[in-house]
Amino acid sequence: MISQFNYMNVSIMLFLISVLGMFLNQKNILIMLMSLEMMFLSVSFNLIFCSIHLDDILGQVFSLVILTVAAAESSIGLAILVIYYRIRSTISVELMDLMKG
Amino acid sequence: MFLLIVILPLLGSLISGFGGRWLGSKGSSIYATACVAFSSLLSLCAFYEIGLAGTSCHLTLNYWLTSSTLVVNWGFLFDSITVVMLIVITSISSLVHLYSIQYMNSDPHRPRFMAYLEIFTFFMLILVTADNLLQMFLGWEGVGLASYLLINFWFTRLAANQSAIKALIVNRVGDFGLTLGILTTFWIFQSVDYSVICSMAPLFENYFFQFMSIKVHGFSLLGLFLFIGAMGKSAQLGLHTWLPDAMEGPTPVSALIHAATMVTAGVFLIIRFSPILEFSPLILFLLVTTGSLTAFFAGMTGIFQNDLKKVIAYSTCSQLGYMVFSCGLSCYDVSLFHLANHAFFKALLFLSAGSVIHGLNNEQDMRRMGSLMNFLPLTYSLMLIGSLALLGMPFLTGFYSKDFILELTQSSSNINLKNLHISFASWLGNISVFFTSFYSCRLIYLTFLNNSNSSRALYNKLHDSSVLMAFPLIMLALGSLFFGFMFKDLFIGIGTDFWKGSIFVLPNHNFFIEAEWLPVMTKWLPFSLSILGIFLASLVNLVPFYLKGLKFSSFFVFLINKKWFWDVLYSKMLILPLLNFGYKVSYKTLDRGFIELAGPFGLSKLIFTWSKMVSQIQNGQITHYVFFIILGLCAFMASTIEIYWEPSIYFHLITIFFIYFFFI
Repeated sequence: MISQFNYMNVSIMLFLISVLGMFLNQKNILIMLMSLEMMFLSVSFNLIFCSIHLDDILGQVFSLVILTVAAAESSIGLAILVIYYRIRSTISVELMDLMKG
Repeated sequence: MFLLIVILPLLGSLISGFGGRWLGSKGSSIYATACVAFSSLLSLCAFYEIGLAGTSCHLTLNYWLTSSTLVVNWGFLFDSITVVMLIVITSISSLVHLYSIQYMNSDPHRPRFMAYLEIFTFFMLILVTADNLLQMFLGWEGVGLASYLLINFWFTRLAANQSAIKALIVNRVGDFGLTLGILTTFWIFQSVDYSVICSMAPLFENYFFQFMSIKVHGFSLLGLFLFIGAMGKSAQLGLHTWLPDAMEGPTPVSALIHAATMVTAGVFLIIRFSPILEFSPLILFLLVTTGSLTAFFAGMTGIFQNDLKKVIAYSTCSQLGYMVFSCGLSCYDVSLFHLANHAFFKALLFLSAGSVIHGLNNEQDMRRMGSLMNFLPLTYSLMLIGSLALLGMPFLTGFYSKDFILELTQSSSNINLKNLHISFASWLGNISVFFTSFYSCRLIYLTFLNNSNSSRALYNKLHDSSVLMAFPLIMLALGSLFFGFMFKDLFIGIGTDFWKGSIFVLPNHNFFIEAEWLPVMTKWLPFSLSILGIFLASLVNLVPFYLKGLKFSSFFVFLINKKWFWDVLYSKMLILPLLNFGYKVSYKTLDRGFIELAGPFGLSKLIFTWSKMVSQIQNGQITHYVFFIILGLCAFMASTIEIYWEPSIYFHLITIFFIYFFFI
């Protein structure tokens, strides 16, 4: 049982690492997108584990959908990134603070 | 007919006040005068019917207030006290109206003046005819209001504004006392009707208020409150400061307010409540001491005043002191008799002074008058009659009441040696007789007999009053010559049945008969003192004789001339500290300070700062937004999960983890 929950722990750790990658990184937006992908992966992993554990197909279906969404989302994100690079000729996150409260 | 006496002045006031524009200056004054004159004729009828024929009339119109035990009617009680007051008020008032037609001739606001005079008369009539305390209070406050309007009639003058406000506010101090008195009455008697109060008074003689284990005699407390009210209205020592200042109004106003009507309201109140005050020796003691001190103080202050009207005003104050201490001696009828007599000769004095002032083009300072005897012979003779009546020359009006009051003090101080205060009052009263004659003669000398110091231009325009002004003066002079003689037996004769129970005197407070058996020397004392006063006044004014040389006397002259520094004392000890408190403590510290800081100002500032702080969190860095999203998620989960399940170590750890990173 405990070994089974190690899968879950792995996914949670993966999620936390990706979250840390989201906001510890000050420089590169590309790394942010990568950690976003990692987040999706950890969630999918978790879903797949749960679907096996609970013997339910829905989790695997859901993880496939998430993979599709993640692909679409990363393509759009990269497109935005390219456009942004054309305008500002930098992809540093630190310099994206023109809109303040 | 009885209601018409009260209603007519109201009608006159409303129509001449609001319709003055259409009636015209002359029309409205004639209308107003006709109304009040008709009312005075009707009150003569009422005097015949009630005073002489011996009926008594009590009209109840309708409910005013009904609330469980409190029932207040619109009621009008006409008994002997009321009809005497009615005669005084309406006759003096109609004469004053007639007088002021001519006196206010060149004033552009004559309809307004007439309307104010009428409304004043109306409220005074309400005051004396009311059958309950609440309605009386309506008249009481109304009279104060009307006096404010009248004193402030020339509202462009600063002095008039100030003295009007002073009159209103000082009166309001007394009114506060009267309000408490009404409440006390209702507490004791469960009623504010005179009929209930006066008939039930002996039952509540031993009523005590229990207050914080202090026992207070109910009637003494009630009497004290009523006396405070009377003090304000009748200008007794302590609350007298408004009366001399109220001379800023037009002279007919002074005659009406400060001689015949308003100031007599306080004495009227005391007389009306004789069945209650009789049972409280403390209040009688207070009446005697305060009244005699007032008579003494005002008489003394009058002797070195330089304003013609202020001398007469202080004389009024002094005579009111006589009335009050005569009430304290339980001689309410003598007090009322003196009130009626005083109304005649004081109105005469004021109106003659008005005639002098009118002739001299509004000059009021006596030091700039003199030798007017040759220019204004009629006014001189009338004023002489008034002054002689005031200082109690035998067989004039003042003699019958004033000397009798002094004889009463003599006899009642001899009756019981424990009554030291009465003998004190007797001394003070006799001394103030001397002062009275001194200042009356000083007034006559300075105004009419001495050489003049004024300019020739003023004297070229000097004229005696016309018929319209002279007629009221002559009528008043007849009143002050013969009123006392004619009505002495009716009012204060031994065993007179004129009052018929409207005045109640305890049998052991009655000194009437003893007063008739005083030694001749004692009886002559007031008269000889007035002769001495006349002699001294003549000495000072005819022989060059200076008080200036003596340091000691000059101090006293200064003190008296400055009115014993009462006004200074009040402004230094009371008014300025109160104003300072109002500005510094309640305005600057509390209102603008503390409450402002806690309330509108501080709150708005606080919200502004906080909102700035909150908006600074949005600094544009995407990583920070991500952090806050996750932090919020964690906080939400931590809080919800802690409530429903056991506290999970995971979420705690995660939350602490993120907070730790935030502070890195």
